[in-house]
Amino acid sequence: MINDTLIPSVAVVTDIRTDTPDVKTFRVVTQDGKKPFDHKPGQCAMLSIPGVGEAMFSITSSPTVKEYLEFSIKKCGCLTSWLHMIEPGQEICIRGPYGNSFPVDTDFVDKDLLFVAGGIGLAPLRSVINYCRANRENYRHIDVVYGARSMDDLVDYQEIISEWQKEEDMNVYLTIDRPQEGWNGHVGFVPNYVTELGFDKTRTVIICGPPIMIKFTLAGLTTLGFEKSQIYTTMEMRMKCGVGKCGRCNIGNKYVCHDGPVFRLDQLSELPDEY
Amino acid sequence: MYRISLDSIDNLFAAISAVEKLYIPADREDGQSYFTEWKEGVKLSDNLNTFRSAKGLFFPQVQDLVSFRTEGKKIEVIDTRKETEDFVVFGVRACDAASFGILDRVFLSDPVDSYYKTNRDHGTVMTLACNRPDETCFCTSFGIDPSDPAGDISCWKDKENLYLKSLTEKGEKLVYALKDLLTECDENAADTVKAEVKAVMNELPLSNLKPDDFTGEQLSVFNSEKWKELYRSCIGCGTCTFVCPTCQCYDIKDFNTGKGIERFRCWDSCMYSDFTMMASGTPRLTQLERFRQRFMHKLVYFPMNNDGVYGCVGCGRCLRKCPVSMNIVKVMKSLGGDAK
Repeated sequence: MINDTLIPSVAVVTDIRTDTPDVKTFRVVTQDGKKPFDHKPGQCAMLSIPGVGEAMFSITSSPTVKEYLEFSIKKCGCLTSWLHMIEPGQEICIRGPYGNSFPVDTDFVDKDLLFVAGGIGLAPLRSVINYCRANRENYRHIDVVYGARSMDDLVDYQEIISEWQKEEDMNVYLTIDRPQEGWNGHVGFVPNYVTELGFDKTRTVIICGPPIMIKFTLAGLTTLGFEKSQIYTTMEMRMKCGVGKCGRCNIGNKYVCHDGPVFRLDQLSELPDEY
Repeated sequence: MYRISLDSIDNLFAAISAVEKLYIPADREDGQSYFTEWKEGVKLSDNLNTFRSAKGLFFPQVQDLVSFRTEGKKIEVIDTRKETEDFVVFGVRACDAASFGILDRVFLSDPVDSYYKTNRDHGTVMTLACNRPDETCFCTSFGIDPSDPAGDISCWKDKENLYLKSLTEKGEKLVYALKDLLTECDENAADTVKAEVKAVMNELPLSNLKPDDFTGEQLSVFNSEKWKELYRSCIGCGTCTFVCPTCQCYDIKDFNTGKGIERFRCWDSCMYSDFTMMASGTPRLTQLERFRQRFMHKLVYFPMNNDGVYGCVGCGRCLRKCPVSMNIVKVMKSLGGDAK
């Protein structure tokens, strides 16, 4: 068999969970039922359906889960629409892991962590949050601010309710854009909620969501006195190879697939504003 | 160093092609030369350079990667790669020979692209010094000497003889195989040719072009107002990228053959509007961003990531082929001042 990173392996989708009307979470194992490969929090993998397409997805399961990989995927294009139609038992192709990761074993250690996510932006952060929960003693307080259009659009809602909100020394703040029957929680956009909550500026911030959410949250954090060097985010670009060769995912001289997808904001601001 | 009379050059080609596949620049009916498989009757072109560079021999325009067979929920991955044959490419100019080094930096860096590496391993490069570089040539701007091309075997041509000098083990092996046809000669035999080429080069209009002017902060070059004027004529046809010996961006696509699915890669161009298109949109909305990307990559990003080596070898193909006469030289001249 060819040994080249461009050649995928076959994997099996064993479980499909419907998170929201347009997000499903796929559990993936090898043909003999094992985890396809180890990864670090924030890394990605190329998933493909032969004849349909191949694309990069963040791995949403924590590296501490040793049995499988999980991907939370929003239906928005050709391949993702196809993935939303498959049933458990379907084989897909997978290659990876690709990219750098969040510095969970270095910069995050002994820090208060503030995760800010919007919509499907929770997918890459879930891997980090669950890794930190599994290694709880390495980190101080954990806050999660997570918002979506409606309560039906909150990804991983069951896990948030049944696990995250019960975790000691961890606060989860949920918000939805507009009032909704059956929702007693906060209503409003994520950036405003972050500012309202008024976190003190010692926290390390990890942020992922729609560009407009990131933009306004950053403005709020700056007002609260946060520095760019305390804020991390993960980027998305079109990719074909995943290893910095096909030439399409660069922001300036950095390839998102290879040098990213995780960037610290002060690093990102040295790059051209083309993302 | 060895020499062979030009009258016997076909014998040399015949001897090489008896052992390995041989490609040489040969003219087609359109008067332009292309790397063509040598067989009896194929004549070495007199043109300065080929329409396309020889990069396609190592990084083909279209290349199958792998096949899939699908049945119900099952997928089978099938290795369709065939044994690669050894080949020789003769007549590569100094600029194109330097472009292989640039492609190597991309494809042979970790993780190694095994498709490219296989072709590199099986190919022997015989370069040929230029005799009369023309006004679109600016290889010297990038430190390339057209009178002394790199490669496995370097060759020079004067009116009577072809001179050969092997530079690598691969080259040594080939010269040894051809030794019955070759006459040993003085190491300085090609010096006259070299001197003549240098003299021509110094007279050329672009001989003073310097990329160093461009070595600025990436943000200052990127944010220059001049891009707004420069990009205007670009029609996004992608010709520059296809004739470019260093352009290496590629696409990966699946094709249903009816018997299975073939995954192949093919050349792509950052000049095209769908190059970075995602379901959520594209970060390079207009031709300005795409145009800027191509030149930023060659003149700023690539050197930043590769010890200062530029992603251009000054072959001049884009100058000759661009339908609207826009090109890297105009960009360098226009932006050079800004970058300082």
